[in-house]
Amino acid sequence: MSKEPVAIVGVGQTKHVAARRDVSLAGLVREAAARALADAELTWADVDAVVIGKAPDFFEGVMMPELYLADALGAVGKPMLRVHTAGSVGGSTALVAANLVAARVHRTVLTLAFEKQSESNAMWGLSLPVPFQQPLLAGAGGFFAPHVRAYMRRTGAPDTIGSLVAYKDRRNALKNPWAHLHEHDITLEKVQASPMLWDPIRYSETCPSSDGACAMVLTDRAGADRAPRPAAWVHGGAMRSEPTLFAGKDFVSPRAGRDCAADVYRQAGITDPRRQIDAVEMYVPFSWYEPMWLENLGFAAEGEGWKLTEAGVTELDGDLPVNPSGGVLSTNPIGASGMIRFAEAALQVRGEAGAHQVDGARRALGHAYGGGAQFFSMWLVGAEPPAG
Amino acid sequence: MTPTPPPEILRAPLVVEFPFTRSLGPVQSAFLTGLRERTVLGVRTEGGRVLVPPVEYDPETAAELRELVEVAATGTVTTWAWNPEPRSGQPLDTPFAWALVRLDGADTALLHALDAPGPDAVRTGMRVRVRWAAERAGAITDIACFEPYGGDAEGGEPAPHSGEFDDPVTGIVAPARLDYTYSPGRAQTRYLQALSERRTVGERCPSCAKVYVPPRGACPTCGIATTDRVEVGPRGTVTTFCIVNIKAKNLDIEVPYVYAHIALDGAGLALHGRIGGIPYDQVRMGLRVEPVWSGDGRYPDHYRPTGEPDADYDTYKELL
Repeated sequence: MSKEPVAIVGVGQTKHVAARRDVSLAGLVREAAARALADAELTWADVDAVVIGKAPDFFEGVMMPELYLADALGAVGKPMLRVHTAGSVGGSTALVAANLVAARVHRTVLTLAFEKQSESNAMWGLSLPVPFQQPLLAGAGGFFAPHVRAYMRRTGAPDTIGSLVAYKDRRNALKNPWAHLHEHDITLEKVQASPMLWDPIRYSETCPSSDGACAMVLTDRAGADRAPRPAAWVHGGAMRSEPTLFAGKDFVSPRAGRDCAADVYRQAGITDPRRQIDAVEMYVPFSWYEPMWLENLGFAAEGEGWKLTEAGVTELDGDLPVNPSGGVLSTNPIGASGMIRFAEAALQVRGEAGAHQVDGARRALGHAYGGGAQFFSMWLVGAEPPAG
Repeated sequence: MTPTPPPEILRAPLVVEFPFTRSLGPVQSAFLTGLRERTVLGVRTEGGRVLVPPVEYDPETAAELRELVEVAATGTVTTWAWNPEPRSGQPLDTPFAWALVRLDGADTALLHALDAPGPDAVRTGMRVRVRWAAERAGAITDIACFEPYGGDAEGGEPAPHSGEFDDPVTGIVAPARLDYTYSPGRAQTRYLQALSERRTVGERCPSCAKVYVPPRGACPTCGIATTDRVEVGPRGTVTTFCIVNIKAKNLDIEVPYVYAHIALDGAGLALHGRIGGIPYDQVRMGLRVEPVWSGDGRYPDHYRPTGEPDADYDTYKELL
C-alpha cells in the first residue's frame, strides 16, 4: 500500500527574542500552536495527535515538559509524543509527525518544538563537571572552531567566507518579522571587525540565544483539499545518526549527513540538487557551516562549497538561496531551530514567506543537525503533491 | 603488554545543581502573588469547574482560562500518604503526610504537606486548613503546610477575583539538585590508572584495529569490546585547533591560548589539550608536541612543541 501524501497546511512561530519573561513555557508554545491552527483555519478539535520536541530537559530544568504542556496544546485525550535528538530535534519531531500521517495512523497532526533559553543555561546543561573527565577547555564555540579550521585547510577557502555568510543571514533576517536579531545597521565591515572569540570564529559569526517556538499542522490529502491556503507537500524525509566521536569520524563532512541527504533526494527524485532545489533552510549555528553543509548536502563538490558563498549564489537573489529567513545565525531557540528550518522551507514552496520569499520556489530543503554532528534530519518539500 | 590485574573501579559523587528560573505567565503569577497575600486563587473552566491550583488552559477544551476566583483556606483531605522520613528541602522536617486537599470552593485537590502527629491522626475526609508561612514571598512555600481543623465546610460560591495585586510576582527561582554516584567504568579506570604513571594507554578494536584514546571499552563503529591495551604517544601531532580569546567560566587560564586536537602517535583519533611553550599565534596544524605534567594533575597540564619538523598533512588528514 502506498503512503499517504503529507501536506503542511499551517505554520506558526513566536516572535523570537532573547527573553520572553511575560509568558510561561505553556504560554510560549501556545502562541506558536494557535498561529499554526489559525493559518490552517482549524481548531483544537481538528487535531488527532500532538508531536512535540525540545532539546535536553536540563536546559530549562523542567523534566518531561510535555506532560505539563498537554493542556496548552489541546492534547488531552489524544496521543502525545515527545521526540529528542539534540539540536536536530525540531527536524526529527516534524518527521515523526509526517510519518504518522504518511502511515495513515492519524489524519491531522500538530507538531511543535520550543526552547526558552532565557530560563536555561545551555552551556551548563551540556558541560556538567563529570568526575575524572578532562573539562572541555574552550567554551561554546571552541567545540566548533577547530572543525572550521580543518575545513579551511582542506579546501583553501579564504578566511573572509564566514563573514559573508553572517552578513547575508543578518540582512535576510531584516526581511523576516519573526527573526530574533534585527541588526538594521549591519555592514560587512562590522561583521569583519567584530571580536575574534574562538579564532577562526568571530562574534558576529555565532548564533544568538533565543526564546521561541515553532509549530506546524500536517495533514493528509483530504485535509489539504480543505485547506484555505496553498499546502506544502513532503517529497522526502530522512534521519541519520552516528557516534559523536569515533576513529575516522569526518567532522567537516559527516557521513550521516551525506547519507541522510542522499536518502531524501532518492525519495524525492532529485538527481541534481543544485539545479532542482530552489531554496535551502540549513542549520548553520556558526557561519562557516554554510559552505561545509553545501558540500555535505551535495550542492557543491568537495572543496567547492565556499565558492558558491563567495559568488553570491546563496544570497536571497542568488540561484540557490540559503537561509532566506536569516537562519540559526539570526534566531536560535535550540529545540525549535530545526523545526523553523523545516517550516521556513514549507513557507517558501507555499509562497507564504513574505518579504523573504524566494521568487518561484517550487522545491525547498529543510535541514537540521545536532549533538556534535551526531544527528541529522532533513525534509524536501514541494509546491505540488508528490507523484504517484 | 603483560596483562595486569583489573584495578578497583573508580567511583565519585556527582552533584548536579542549578537555580532554574521560571516566568510565570498571568495565571501562575496571580496564584503565587495571591499566596503572598494569604489569598488562594483558582480558575474557572469553560465547564464551570474550579481548578486549584489554577492552570492556563482548559484540560478538557484547550480554551485559554483567565476567570480567577478566590477559594477558602480550609478544605478536605481526598487522599494521603505518610512520609516517615522527610528529606532535605521538603516542607516539614518532622514526619508528615503528603495530602491532596480539596479547598472549600474548589473542584480539584492541591498537593501539600499535612502536619499531623502520626498516620493514625490522618484520614481521608478529614478537615484541614492552611498554615501560612510567617514570611511569604510569592511561592508555593508561602503555604507552610496544612493542619487539622475542626470547622465545617464553608458554603457558597467562590468569589470572582481580578487576580491583580500590587507588586506581582512574575518569576520564581526553582533550585534543582541531583545526587549521583558516578563510575567511569572499567576501561576509563584503567586509562586513568596508566595516566597516574604518566603513560597513555588506549584500547585497540580487534575488528577494525583502531586504537581508542581514551578507551570506552567498546568500539563505537564495530560495536564489540576492546580488550587489547596499547600504549600510545607520548608525542603527537596537532591536527587542528582554535585560539581562545574569551575566558570560559570555571576555567582559570589566561587568554589567549590555543585549544588543540592532538593525535598521539599510534592513536586512532585525536584528544583535546592546551598548547603551551610557544606563542599562541605560532601554533599550526601539523605541529609536533609532547605532554607537560605538573604537580599531581590527573591529565597533562598542556602540550609543548618537541622541536621536530612539522608532520606532513597527509600523515594526519584522516584524523581531522
